[in-house]
Amino acid sequence: MTFWITQLLNGISFGMLLFLLAAGLSLIYGLMRILNLAHGSYYLLGGYVGLTVVGVTGSFVLAALVGSVTVAFLGIVMERFFLRRFPKQELPQVLLTFGFLFIFADVALWIWGGNPQTLPKPGIFSSSIWLGSIVFPSYRLFVIATGLVIGIGLWWFQERTRVGAMIRAAVDDEEMARGVGINVSLLSTAVFGLGAFLAALGGILGGPFVGVYPGADFEVLILAFVVTIVGGLGSLKGAFIGGLLIGLLDNFGKALFPQLALFTLFAPMAIILAIRPTGLFGRR
Amino acid sequence: MKSRILSIGFLAMVLLAFPAVLSSYQLGLLTKMLIFALFAMSLDLLVGYAGLPSLGHAAYFGVGSYTVSLLTLRVVNNFWIDFPAGLLVATAVSALFGLLVLRTHEAYFLMITLALAQVLWGIAFGWRSLTGGDDGLPGVPRPDLGLPWSLSEGIPFYYFVLIFFALAAALLSIIVRSPFGFALLGIQQSETRMEVLGYNVRLYKYFAFILSGFFAGLAGNLFAYYNGFVSPTYLSVIFSATALLMVILGGAGTLVGPALGAAIIVYLENVISAYTERWLLILGMIYVLVTLFAPDGLVGLLRSITTVFVPRVRGRG
Repeated sequence: MTFWITQLLNGISFGMLLFLLAAGLSLIYGLMRILNLAHGSYYLLGGYVGLTVVGVTGSFVLAALVGSVTVAFLGIVMERFFLRRFPKQELPQVLLTFGFLFIFADVALWIWGGNPQTLPKPGIFSSSIWLGSIVFPSYRLFVIATGLVIGIGLWWFQERTRVGAMIRAAVDDEEMARGVGINVSLLSTAVFGLGAFLAALGGILGGPFVGVYPGADFEVLILAFVVTIVGGLGSLKGAFIGGLLIGLLDNFGKALFPQLALFTLFAPMAIILAIRPTGLFGRR
Repeated sequence: MKSRILSIGFLAMVLLAFPAVLSSYQLGLLTKMLIFALFAMSLDLLVGYAGLPSLGHAAYFGVGSYTVSLLTLRVVNNFWIDFPAGLLVATAVSALFGLLVLRTHEAYFLMITLALAQVLWGIAFGWRSLTGGDDGLPGVPRPDLGLPWSLSEGIPFYYFVLIFFALAAALLSIIVRSPFGFALLGIQQSETRMEVLGYNVRLYKYFAFILSGFFAGLAGNLFAYYNGFVSPTYLSVIFSATALLMVILGGAGTLVGPALGAAIIVYLENVISAYTERWLLILGMIYVLVTLFAPDGLVGLLRSITTVFVPRVRGRG
C-alpha cells in the first residue's frame, strides 16, 4: 500500500514539474511559433543556480527566487537578441535553440561538475506525515500544492486579466492585435521570460527529489515534448492534464519496468497521434 | 552537364587514390567522414527535399548499428545475413515511425521525431541485458566476405565503405533528379498545390521517409563495422542534432553540401577533441554561428559569391 501511494505521489509531483515546463513551452509556441529546444536547459540551470544559492544562503525560498529570475533573464536575452531575428523560420529556430541547449549543458557541466546533486528540502517539509501506517512524504505534497496554485494562477492570469486577454488576442491573430495597439513585441519577450521562469522553478522544486545532474535538461525536454504531444500545443489545460498523465506513466513505468523506461511513453503517444494528431486539447 | 561528369570523375579519382598518400590514421578518419556523409545525405532527403526537418534521424542509424552488432555478436557472424538484416530492421522502424510522424505538421513533427528517437535511446540505455546499456556493445568484428583482403586492414575497409558510399550517392542523386525527387521539392514548396495537381502527397512523403531511413540504416551498419562498438550515443538527441547541423552547414537541398558538412564536423570534432574536453560547447557555438551567418550553408555561401563575380545565373546546381 505504501508503495502504491508513494509512487502515486511521486508521479503526481513529477507531473507538476512537467506541467511547469510544458506550460511555458506551450505559451511560447502559441504566441511566437517558436519550438524552444533550450527549454530543458532552463530547468537544469534553475536547479543549479538554486543549488548554489542554497549553498551560500541556506534559504530555499531565496534559491527559488534567484534561480528562477536569473533564468528568466537568460530567456529574455535569448529571445531579444537571437530568436527574434528568425520569425516563423522553423529550421533556423531549431538549430539556434539546439545550439543553446548544447552550450548551456556544457557550461553547466563545467561549472557544477558531473556528479548528480540534490537540493536540501526546505526545513518544514523535511519530515514525512504519518496517517495510520501509511507514510506521506510532505515535500511531495508541497510540490503538488505549489503546482496546483501556479496552475490556477496561470489560468486566472490568462482568462481574467487584461494582459492575459492581450496574449490571447495575439495568439489568435497577431496582426490584428498589433493593429489595435497591443505591443506584441514586448508581450513576446515577457512570455518568453515567464516560460523560462516556470521551467527554472520546476528545476528548483524538483531539485530535492529528482536531483540536478548532467542530462536532466535533455530528459525533461523530451518528457515535456511528450506532454505537449498528448495535451496539445498552446493549451494550459493540455499541459496540466498531459503533465499529470505523463508524470504518472513515467514514474510507474520506471518503477515497474525499469528496463523499458521510456517505452511506456510510446503507447500514449502512438494512440494520441492515431486519434488526434494535435493532442487532446490542441488547436486544429 | 559536362562539367558535372568531369567533377564527379575527378572526385572519384581522388577518393580512389587517397589510400596511396594518407597515413592509416588519416584514412580511418576519411572512412568515418564517408559514413557520416552518407548519414547526412540520407537526412537531407527529408530536410532539403521533402521539407521534413526530422530531429530524430539517429534512430535509424542507431537501429542499423545495433541490429548488425547484436546479430554479429550474439547470433551468427555472417555478413550476408547480418548486413541485410540491419538494413531491413532500420527500414522497418522508419516505416513504422513514418506512419505516426507523418500524421503531424510543424512543431508536432519536430517534437514527435525527437521523442520517438528518444524512446529507442531509452531502450538501448535501460535494457542492459540485451544492449549493454551505457557501456554499449564492444568487440564487433569487421565482416569476412571471403575475399583475399582482410577488412580488418584500413585500406581494404576504406574501399569497402567507398563502394557502398558511391552506390548510395549515385542512387540518391538519381532519386533527387527523378520525377519523384522533383515532386518532393514541389511538396516542400506547397503541399496544397501538389495535392491539387493530383499527387498523393502523403504517400510521397512516406516513401521519402522510408528511403531516408534505409540510407541512414546503411550508414549505421557500416559504422558498426568501422567502430567495432555501438553505444546509446548513436541514438541520442545530440547525434540527431549533429546530423541536422551537417546538413545545414553544408547546404540543405543539395547532396554535395551535407557530405561536405559531415566531413567538416568529423574533422573539427577530431581536431578539437584532442585539445579540449569542451567539444559540446564548441559544437553549440557552431550551431549559433551557422544560423546567424551561413543560414544557407557553405554551398549557399559559395553560390552567392559566384553570383556576385559571375553574372551568368545558372539553374539548379
